[in-house]
Amino acid sequence: MGSARLYLAVAVGGFRRYASYRAATAAGVFTNTVFGLILVYTYLALWEERPGLGGYDQAQAVTYVWLGQCLYATLAIQGGGAEKDLMERIRTGEIAVDLYRPVDLQLWWLAGDVGRAAFQMLGRGVVPFVFGSLFFTMALPTEITPWLAFAVTLLLAAVVSFAIRYLAALSVFWLMDGTGVSQVLMITGVFFSGMVLPLNAFPDGLGDAVQVLPWAAQIQVPADVLMGERDPLGAFAFQAAWAVALLAAGRLLQSVATRRVVVQGG
Amino acid sequence: MEGLRAYGLIAGMWVRSGMTYRASFVFTVFGNLLVTGLDFVGILLMFSQVDSLGGWTLPEIALLYALSVTSFGIADLLLGSMDVLGARMRDGSFDILLVRPVPVLAQVGADRFAVRRLGRITQGAVVLGWALVAVDVDWSAVKVLLVPVMVVSGAAIFSAVFVAGAAFQIFAQDAAEVQNAFTYGGTTLLQYPPSVFGKDLVRGVTFMLPLAFVNWVPAAYVLDRPYPIGLPGWAAFASPLVAVGCCALAGLAWRTGLRSYRSTGS
Amino acid sequence: MDDAFIELDGVEKVFDVRKKTGFLKRERHQVRAVDSISFTVARGEMVGYIGPNGAGKSTTIKMLTGILTPSGGRLRVAGIDPSRERTRLAHRIGVVFGQRTTLWWDLPLIDSYKLMHRMYRIPDARYRENLDRLTELLDLGELLDVPVRQLSLGQRMRGDIAAALLHDPEVLYLDEPTIGLDVVSKTKVRDFLRQLNTERSTTVLLTTHDLQDIEQLCSRVMVIDHGRLVYDGPLTGLHEAGESERTLVVDLERELPPIEAPPPARVVRVEGPRQWLAFPASASAAELVARIAARYPLVDLSVREPDIEAVIARMYEERAGRALS
Repeated sequence: MGSARLYLAVAVGGFRRYASYRAATAAGVFTNTVFGLILVYTYLALWEERPGLGGYDQAQAVTYVWLGQCLYATLAIQGGGAEKDLMERIRTGEIAVDLYRPVDLQLWWLAGDVGRAAFQMLGRGVVPFVFGSLFFTMALPTEITPWLAFAVTLLLAAVVSFAIRYLAALSVFWLMDGTGVSQVLMITGVFFSGMVLPLNAFPDGLGDAVQVLPWAAQIQVPADVLMGERDPLGAFAFQAAWAVALLAAGRLLQSVATRRVVVQGG
Repeated sequence: MEGLRAYGLIAGMWVRSGMTYRASFVFTVFGNLLVTGLDFVGILLMFSQVDSLGGWTLPEIALLYALSVTSFGIADLLLGSMDVLGARMRDGSFDILLVRPVPVLAQVGADRFAVRRLGRITQGAVVLGWALVAVDVDWSAVKVLLVPVMVVSGAAIFSAVFVAGAAFQIFAQDAAEVQNAFTYGGTTLLQYPPSVFGKDLVRGVTFMLPLAFVNWVPAAYVLDRPYPIGLPGWAAFASPLVAVGCCALAGLAWRTGLRSYRSTGS
Repeated sequence: MDDAFIELDGVEKVFDVRKKTGFLKRERHQVRAVDSISFTVARGEMVGYIGPNGAGKSTTIKMLTGILTPSGGRLRVAGIDPSRERTRLAHRIGVVFGQRTTLWWDLPLIDSYKLMHRMYRIPDARYRENLDRLTELLDLGELLDVPVRQLSLGQRMRGDIAAALLHDPEVLYLDEPTIGLDVVSKTKVRDFLRQLNTERSTTVLLTTHDLQDIEQLCSRVMVIDHGRLVYDGPLTGLHEAGESERTLVVDLERELPPIEAPPPARVVRVEGPRQWLAFPASASAAELVARIAARYPLVDLSVREPDIEAVIARMYEERAGRALS
C-alpha cells in the first residue's frame, strides 16, 4: 500500500508540473482547435466523395478528428512526454542517481507520465473536443456504458503510449543522443496512430497491417469503442496485450542497460 | 545588406556547432525529410480511396501542396527558429543579441540554424517538379512565370507570419505555440483546395490573414479553377503586392515589439 | 565634451505589472524600476554601480546599452541615444553579462573571436593586435582551441571579457564580473580591468555584490535603491555614510540567552545554540572572541566580512536614526 501511495504522489507531481504551464496550455488549446478545423473540412470532403469509407459515416469521421486533437498531447503522439526527460537524464548520466532509489524505475516514470497525460487531457484535450461537438455534428453515444468503456481504453492507451516511448528512451543508453530517436518516435507516432488518416481508411493491405501494430491502441481503438464500432472486451484485450508485451520488453532492455551503467560507472 | 551578411556569419557558426554531433546530424537531415513528407503521404493515402477531393485531382492538389510546402520551407529555413525566441527571452540570452552591431531580426532568424531544414524544401521541390509535369494545364508564358512568383511571394508571406509571431512572443513569451497554429496550420491548410473549406474560413484567409495569396488564388488561375469567393481577375497576380504589405506590417509589429521589450526580472 | 561621456538626466523606467488577484482577475499597477536618475560619467572613469537585488541596477545598464527603452528622461552615451541607435552604439560599447556567456558553446574559443572580428568589422591588423594583447593579459593562450563548454567558469569569464574588448569599445559594462569565481580568477580579472582602465583609459561601469571589487577598482561608487540614486561619491564616503560591520557567528554548546557582549558589539540573531553578533569592522575580532570564550561554552565560530548589502543597510539605519533625532 505504501508504494501505491508513492506512485500516486509521483503521478500527482507529473500533473502539477504540466498544470503550471498555463500560457503554453492555452496556446496548445488554440493550436489543436485550428488543426482540428482544417482536418475536419478535409475529412468531410473525403467522406463526401466516399461515403462510408472505413465503415465511418461523416459524423464519425468528424468525431475521429476531434478525438485525435484531444488525444494528441494527452498521449504525446509526437513525443514530448516522460521520455524526453528520461533521455536527458540518461544523456547527462543523472540516471545513475535514479537507479539507487528504492523504487521501480519503469513504474516511477509511468506514474509521472500518466499524471502528465491526465493534465493534458483535462487542460488541453477537452476544450477542442467540446468546440468540435458544438460546431459540428458528431457521433457521440448517449448511454453511459460506451463512455465507461472509452475511459478504460484511454487508460490502456496511455500505458501503451508510455511503453513505446520508454523503449525508445532507453536506446539513448547506447546512442548517447536522443535527437534521432525522438524524430523516429514522431514519424511513427503521427503516421501509425492514425493522425494523418484514420487507420480504417487506409487502403486494404496496409490498413490490415497498421491495425495490429501497437500504435493502433492509441487513437483508433478508443475512437472505435466510443462510437460502438468495436467490441470493448476485444479492444481491452488488444490494448492490454500490447501494454504487457511492451512493458516487459522495456523491463528487459532496462536491466541490460542498467547493468551497462553499473559496469561503466564502476 | 548588413542583415544578410550577419545572418550568414551566425548561420555558419550554428552549422559548425551542429557538426560536432555527426551521427545525429545525418539522422535528423533524413528524419526531417520524412517528417515533412508525412502530409503528402496522407494525401496519397486519400487518393488511394478517391479520384478527386473537393473536385480537384491528385496532380492539382499536389501542385497546391508543393507550392505551400516549398514557400513555407524557404521561410522556415530563414526564420524557423522563431519558436526558441520565447525561451531566449525567459533565460535572458535575448539581451546579448541586442548589444551586437547587427540587426536583431537577422540574429534571431539565424539562431539554431540547421541544415536539416533543407529537408522540407527538398521534398516540396520534388513534389513540385512532379506536379508541374502531371497537371493538365495549357501552359502560357504568364502561367509559367506565375510559378516562381508564387514560390517567392509565398515565402515572403510566410516569413511575415514568422516575424509577426516573433513580435507576439515579446508580449506573450510562453505562448510560442500560438504561432504554430498560423505557421504549420497555415501551410497544412493551403495543401488542400479552397473548395474543401467553409466560405467563411476562405474569406478569412483571403482578406484577413491573406495566406490564400501563397498559392490558392494564383494557382486557381493557373489551373483554371473557380475560386470559391468572388475575386477580381487581377487578384491572381496580386501575390507580390500582398507579400510586400505583409512584410511591412510584420516589420512594424517587430519594431513595436522590440521597443516594448522588458527583459527579465532583475 | 569629454566631461560627460555617459549622461543621464531624469531617466525613468516604468513597468506595467499585472498581478493575479483571483482566478481570472488581474490587477494592473505600475512599478518604477528606475525613478528619475541623473548622473554623468566622464571618459576614463571607473565606476561601481551597486545596490540590493531589484534596486534597478540591471535596468539602468540595459537602458545604457539600448536593450530597454526608457519611459522618460534623457539618456546619452557618447552622444548617442542608445535605444534609437542601438546598432551604431554597439560598435562603441562592450558588455559582459556575468552569468550568461556570449561565447559559442560547442566551438573552440577562437571561433567566437573570429565571429566578433567579422561581425564588428574590425580591421585585420587591429584584430590581430587586440587578440594577441588580450590573449596574453587574460592568459588565454592555451584555451583558444578548447571548446567553450570545456572551460571552467573563471576561464569562460576571461574569455567573455576578451570577446567584449576585441573591437576597442570606449566603454565597458560589466554585470557581476566576478560572481562565482575563485580567488585566483577574481584577482586576474581585477588586475586586468585596472590595467585596461589606466593604460587604455577605457571607461568602466560595473555592477557587483562583491565589496572587494569596488574597493580594489573603483574610485567612485553609485548606490541605487528602489530605483533612486541614494549615494554618488568615493568609496570612503560610503563607509562613513554607513560604517560597516562584521558579523561573528558563534556556535555554543547549548541554547543560551543572548550573549552579553561588550558594546558596541551586540547580538542580532539567535537560532538555537547559534548566535550572530555584529561588531564594527574596525574593531578587533580576536579581542571579542577572547571575551566571549572566557564566559561561554564555545563549540565553533566564524567571522563574516561586511558585504555591500550590509553597508547599504547600515547606511539606511543611520539615515533613519538621523531623521528621528
